Amino acid sequence: MKNKVNFTIKVGGEAGQGINTIGSILSRSFADHGLHLFAHQDYYSRVRGGHNFYQVRLASEPVYSYSKKIDLLVALDQASLDIHKHELSNNGVIVYDQNEIEPENSDEQYFALPMAELGEKHGGKKVMGNTVAAGAVWQIMGGAPEILEDTLRKLFKDKGSEMAESNIKAARAGAIYAVENFYGRCGCSLEEPVNKEQMLLTGNEALALGALAGGCRFISSYPMTPVSEAIQYIARQANRLPLAFEQAEDEISAIIMSIGASYAGIRSMVATSGSGFSLMVEGLSLAGMTETPIVILLGQRPGPATGMATRTEQGELLFALHAGNGEFPRAILAPHIVEDAFWTAVHAFNLAEKYQIPVFILSDQHLADSYFTAKPFDLTAVSIERGEILSSDELNKMTEYKRYQVTESGISPRAFPGQSKHCIVSTGNEHTENGYSTEDPAVRMQMAEKRIRKFSSLAKDIIPPVHYGFDSPDTLLLTWGSSYGACHEAVTMANQQGKNMALVCLKQLWPLPKAKLLEYINRANRLVTVEMNTTGQLGRLLRVETGVQPDCAVLKYDGRPMNSNYVLEQLAKGGTFPWE
Amino acid sequence: MGVKVEDFDLDRENTWCPGCGNFAILDTVKKSLANLGLPPNEVMVVSGIGQAGKMPGHFRVNTFNVLHGRVLPAATGISLANHELKILAIGGDGDGLAEGGNHLIHAARRNINVTYMMHNNMVYGLTKGQVSPTSDEGLKTPTTPGGNPVAGLNPVLMLLGLKASFVARSFSGSKEQLGSIIERAIQKPGFAFIDILQPCPSFNKVNTHGWFKKRVFDINEEGHKPDNLCEAFQAAMEWGERIPTGIFYDEPEARPVFNEVLFGSQEQPLLEAELNPLDIKEMIKEHL
Repeated sequence: MKNKVNFTIKVGGEAGQGINTIGSILSRSFADHGLHLFAHQDYYSRVRGGHNFYQVRLASEPVYSYSKKIDLLVALDQASLDIHKHELSNNGVIVYDQNEIEPENSDEQYFALPMAELGEKHGGKKVMGNTVAAGAVWQIMGGAPEILEDTLRKLFKDKGSEMAESNIKAARAGAIYAVENFYGRCGCSLEEPVNKEQMLLTGNEALALGALAGGCRFISSYPMTPVSEAIQYIARQANRLPLAFEQAEDEISAIIMSIGASYAGIRSMVATSGSGFSLMVEGLSLAGMTETPIVILLGQRPGPATGMATRTEQGELLFALHAGNGEFPRAILAPHIVEDAFWTAVHAFNLAEKYQIPVFILSDQHLADSYFTAKPFDLTAVSIERGEILSSDELNKMTEYKRYQVTESGISPRAFPGQSKHCIVSTGNEHTENGYSTEDPAVRMQMAEKRIRKFSSLAKDIIPPVHYGFDSPDTLLLTWGSSYGACHEAVTMANQQGKNMALVCLKQLWPLPKAKLLEYINRANRLVTVEMNTTGQLGRLLRVETGVQPDCAVLKYDGRPMNSNYVLEQLAKGGTFPWE
Repeated sequence: MGVKVEDFDLDRENTWCPGCGNFAILDTVKKSLANLGLPPNEVMVVSGIGQAGKMPGHFRVNTFNVLHGRVLPAATGISLANHELKILAIGGDGDGLAEGGNHLIHAARRNINVTYMMHNNMVYGLTKGQVSPTSDEGLKTPTTPGGNPVAGLNPVLMLLGLKASFVARSFSGSKEQLGSIIERAIQKPGFAFIDILQPCPSFNKVNTHGWFKKRVFDINEEGHKPDNLCEAFQAAMEWGERIPTGIFYDEPEARPVFNEVLFGSQEQPLLEAELNPLDIKEMIKEHL
C-alpha cells in the first residue's frame, strides 16, 4: 500500500518578489498530479515589501487546513529563512535564492539556487527566476516534467505561446540545476500521478461561480478586502453572460442599486466586508420592509473599524444577525469549504427569492483567499427556484394586483414593473396590501405579522449542519465557516490517538437549526464552541436560542487562521469561558 | 388608443399643505406623461423621503419609494434591470443634495437614463422647516435660529459642473414651462436634471410663491440656446433679484446612456434573460 501523502511547501518573500507565481505554478501542478491540496496566503496590506508567504499543503485525502510543520521551504529573502527555518520537519529542504541570502550553515539540506541568473540565461528575463525555482522544487520532489510544463502552458496561455515556452525553458533549467547540485534528501517525494480531473480555486472564486450559476444578474459593490477578488471575478464575466456589474460610489449606493435591480426583477447581490457592510445597514432594512430579495456576501476580517485588512476573523455573526432598524426575517449562511461556497451561493439566491428576504453569505478571509482542490461542480445539479412570481398572462387576467397581499405563509406573489397592465407599488414606509404607505394600526399589525410569518416557514427550511466523528462523543466541537478545516483535522488527530471526539459545523446560522443541533449536543458529554472571535458569538447565540451553554470555547482572534494544533492545545488547557 | 390624464388618477388622501407647490408639479407631470402617450404601467417613479418623496403616492404609476437620499441608486439598479421602463426620479433638495449628494454626482457621471426632478423649496418641509443645502444665507429656521450662516448651493451650476446631459430649472408656478421641460427631459436619452423651485407655504415664509413669481424669468425666451456649456454656466451664475429658469443645457451630441455603455445597444432587458446554470461551464473548465 502506498504511503499517505501529507506534505507542506512554503514559499516566503517580500510582496512583489513573485511568491504567488511560484505558489500558483506548484499548486496547479500538484492538483494535476492528482493530489488534494489546501493553499493559503499570508500577506500584509501593502503592495511591495513586508514578509509574505504562500503555503501549500498536499495530501492523498481531502485537506481543508494548514499544518504548522513544513517539509520544503522556498526562501526568496533572508527574513523568510530566519522566520520559517524552525518550522522545518526532519528531512526538510530549504531552497533559497543565492543572490538574496547568506545561510549560516551549508548543510546539504540547504540548496542554493541562482534564480535570477538562470532565469535570465534560459528564460530571457531575471523574473523567470521564479519559474526556475518552481522547476527546481518540482524536480527535487520527483514530479513528472510534463505535468509542470502543461501547467506553464495553461498559466501563460493568455500571454502567448512564446511566453509559455520561455517559462518552460526556465523551469527545465531549474530542474537540471537541481539534478546536478542538490545532494540532500527530500522528505516529501511525490508518488505516481493519479489521473483525475480537479478544479483548483479559491473560496472567493467558488462563491463567484456559485452566484453566476445561481443566476445572479446584477452585482454592485465597492472594492474591499477580502471580497474584491470575488467581485472582480464576476466583473470579468460581464461580457460573457447577461450580467451587469457596477462599482458603486459607496456601499450605501451599492446595496440600494441592487435592491432597485431586484425590485425590477433580476437576481442581485452585493459583496463587502464588515465596515462596508456598516454602510449598507439602512439598505438591509429597506430590503426587509419592501420584501425585496437580496444576497449579501460579507467577507469577514478583523474589526472594529478598518481592523486588519488582509487578515481573518469570524466577528460579524451577531452584527449580521442584528443589523438593520426594525424587525424582519433574514437568513445567514456560512460556507466552510470551497465546494460548499459554490452551493451556498446558489442556495442563497433561491432562499432570498423564495422568502423575499435578505440572505447573508458569511465568508471570511481564510476561506476567501485560500486555494482548494475540488471535483468539478456538477452544473446539472444546480436548481433555480425563484419562488412565487406571477407571469404576465396571470397578471393580465387579474383585475387587481396587490404586492403585499396578506397570505398564510406571509409570502406575497411578486410581479415586476412593465410586465403587465398593473402598476407595481412598493415603499419603505409601512404599507397597505397595495403597497401604499399607511399608519393604520390594524394594517400595521397585519403587515408586521405577515413579515414575521415568513420566518416560521424559513425556519422549516434550514440547511442541516455537517457532522464528523463519533455519534456519542466525549467532546463535541461546534464550529462554523473556515474554522471547520482546523476542527476536522483536530478531531481526526484526536480520534487516531484514541480520543472520542466529533464536530458539528453549522452551514446555516440563522435561523439556527435548533432541533438538529440539540440532538447532537444531547449525545455529547462536553460541548466546546470553536470560532475566530473574542466574545464567543456562536456560543452566545446558542445560549440565547436554546438555553444550552457550551462548557467552554476555543477562540482565536490574532487575525491568523485557526489550526488543528491550536484547537487541541486549547482543549487540553480547558479552553476559555467568554460568556460570564 | 391615447393615454389620458385621468389614467394616472389615484384616489388617495393627499396630506400636502394647502398652497404647496407639489400640487402643481403633480398635475403637470400627469399631463406631460399623457401628452407623451406613456401609459402608467410603463412609467416607473422612484422617490425618496420628504414631501416630494410622497408624490408617487398620488398618481397611478409603478412606484418604488425608497430611503432618504437613495432615489438615484435605486433608479440606477432599475434602469439596468429593465431599460424599457421610462424612469422618473423624484426627491426634495435635502434628499438630493444633502443625504444623496454623492449619488447625484455619480448618477450624472454615469448618465443613467433617468429624469430627475428635484423639488426645491429651499427648506425641509417634512421635518418642519429646518435649513436645507439650498437655503439662502441668513434664512432663519429651527436649526439656524441666528440665520443660515452659509450660502445655499446652486444645483444648476453643480449639475453643469458635472456635465449632466440635460440641466434645467423651472418653477411650480410656471406650469406651462414646467410641462414642456418635463416632456423634453423625459424624451432626452440620459440623465436629465430639473431643479423645480416651489414654495413651502408652511415653513418658508421668505421664498414664497410671490417671491419666486416676481423673480423668475425664462432664459430661453431671452435668447439662451442650450447647446453651449460655457454659456449655460454664464446663465446659471445669476441668483437673487432675478432667477433664471428654462433649459440651461441640452447636450447637442448625445452620449450613450449607462445601460448602453455596459451592454451595448441591447435589445432584451436583463430581466428577460434566461437563468441557465450551464452558461458557466466554460468558467468551470478554466479551473481545471
